[in-house]
Amino acid sequence: MSAVLQYVVQGLAAGSFYALAALGLAVIFGVLGVVNFAHGAFYMLGAVTAAVLLDTLDLPLWWSLLVVPVLMFVFGVVIERLLVQWLLRLDPLYNLLLTFGLTLVFVELVKQRYGVSGLPYRLPGGLQGRVDLAGVVLPRYQLFVLLFSVAVCVLVWLLMTRTRVGMIVRASTEKPELARALGINVGRWVTPVFGFGVALAGLAGVLAAPFRAITADMGNNFAIILFAVVVIGGLGSIVGAVVAGFLVGLVEAFGQAYAPTFAQILIFVLMALVILVRPAGLFGRQEATA
Amino acid sequence: MTQSAITEAPVAGPDVPVARRSPRLRWILLAVGLVAALALPWFVYPPVAMDIVAMALFAIALDILLGYTGLLSFGHAAFWGSSAYVTALIATHYGVPFPVAVLGGAVFAMILALPIGYVSVRRSGIYFAMVTLAFAQMVYFIGYQWSDLTGGENGLQGVPRSFFGIELVETESFYFYYAALPILLFGMWAAWRIVHSPFGRVLVSIRDNSQRARALGYEVEKYKVIAFVLSAGLTGLAGGVFAISHGFVALTELHWTTSGDVVLMTVLGGIGTLWGGAVGAFLTVMLADYLASSGFHGIDLVTGSVFVIVVLLFRRGVWGTVRHRWMVHRQRRLSSRR
Repeated sequence: MSAVLQYVVQGLAAGSFYALAALGLAVIFGVLGVVNFAHGAFYMLGAVTAAVLLDTLDLPLWWSLLVVPVLMFVFGVVIERLLVQWLLRLDPLYNLLLTFGLTLVFVELVKQRYGVSGLPYRLPGGLQGRVDLAGVVLPRYQLFVLLFSVAVCVLVWLLMTRTRVGMIVRASTEKPELARALGINVGRWVTPVFGFGVALAGLAGVLAAPFRAITADMGNNFAIILFAVVVIGGLGSIVGAVVAGFLVGLVEAFGQAYAPTFAQILIFVLMALVILVRPAGLFGRQEATA
Repeated sequence: MTQSAITEAPVAGPDVPVARRSPRLRWILLAVGLVAALALPWFVYPPVAMDIVAMALFAIALDILLGYTGLLSFGHAAFWGSSAYVTALIATHYGVPFPVAVLGGAVFAMILALPIGYVSVRRSGIYFAMVTLAFAQMVYFIGYQWSDLTGGENGLQGVPRSFFGIELVETESFYFYYAALPILLFGMWAAWRIVHSPFGRVLVSIRDNSQRARALGYEVEKYKVIAFVLSAGLTGLAGGVFAISHGFVALTELHWTTSGDVVLMTVLGGIGTLWGGAVGAFLTVMLADYLASSGFHGIDLVTGSVFVIVVLLFRRGVWGTVRHRWMVHRQRRLSSRR
């Protein structure tokens, strides 16, 4: 029983990286119609930035959680203004290819600068060790990651549902034509939303820094699983991205516990099943068959 | 007017031929291409020449989907790599002539493509790209985990190159090139036949307007799956020859970067031009070879930058640009004659 609970927490903690990053991917897709292939690279850059900040400025995790997303937001805005915006009126596949090219460039640059072996990351004292919750012993940091990302998701949810800006972004994400018809200038939100999505990927990267090996390649497989996550959740859906993120984390954790050989493969099997049963994803709107 | 139509066109843009193409020019170009393929190992190190032609077929096979069906497969490494593995295994364990082993690899790629295609074609556009990428990653993990069969991270080494009783050793790459060339040329001919057949016309109509194709009574999904499987089979031919040519198979062949590389070759050559893939493959392989021999590390930096530049500034690709210029030129001449 306690083992199962342990896997649940472990899975939800792993899932929170997926949930945060998938949330960013979903809002970018919703407002810009762009599938950001570089999302995994931005996640990697978030982790690397946190590690470098800790190494050079001795900036602890707490500050990185705040500073890195801001830096990534700015970086995302620059990328959008410089490159992504020129392809927005074309087929979305062009931006997929563009961001694929950017991924190769970012990963290679980090590889050249920091090598292929992982960067170290030390946890602040308060997050080390384990906690005993009614007989279930859990790493303190895992619990922190879970609580923190749930808090961020709730915060984003409040932002999306309770504020004017959030409602506009949500309307632009889920029903862009209707939002335009109601006189909302969807185009104005393109750049900040791209930055916001990139910042969320960076935040997931910072959270992952003490948890995973920080290498140039850490985002590659992450990005592909992220694609599976949003296909499972339904690409147009914000709730779907978060729920599917946690779901995939759970599948991964239980897979690793009971069938380690098939842990990664299970995620893609789940994706195939969802496509067969509900092509639009668990929370997606049924698209016109095109 | 055609100018804007093409700049704004989707990835699989209809590069509407305004002027009729001259059949004489087509035969001249085909002859030039054939001579180039035959002469290549005289000018380029033969194993590299083999890479170029194998990659060319890979890119051409991808263009059947990307350019003629309007489906961007980001997971073709699954078919390229799995055929490479199966070809190598057949060649190693059964000692059959290598064309037989390559055929086995291609058949395996088609069998693998059937379920993947069946599921993937339920989503179109951007979703199709993501789903095929995810399935290819699944195949990669299977290759990685099943190390008893695939050798895991070590890959398969010492793949023999027997050709109907003759063992072509490492140093005889020049002769191997001519032994393997017919297989790849057959693949290219098959691709050309596919896109110019009535079946290929249906694919183009699905690309341009799938709802209309459906309304006309074509089973769109079925056509897409068949195109997917055929493309995978041709990819398998190329991957099998590649495996035999190198004498080993590494996990890289299944990796997502391989899927990306071939998309780059197709886009660089020109989407929907078929032969553009060969141009893209030639440029990419020669560039990679040049960079590797000049001691430059970080080929991905160059590949990625080329990707960004081509997508931003050069979407018609090399062959696509040449063809477009030629069409515009002919069009002008035709209208001035009237």
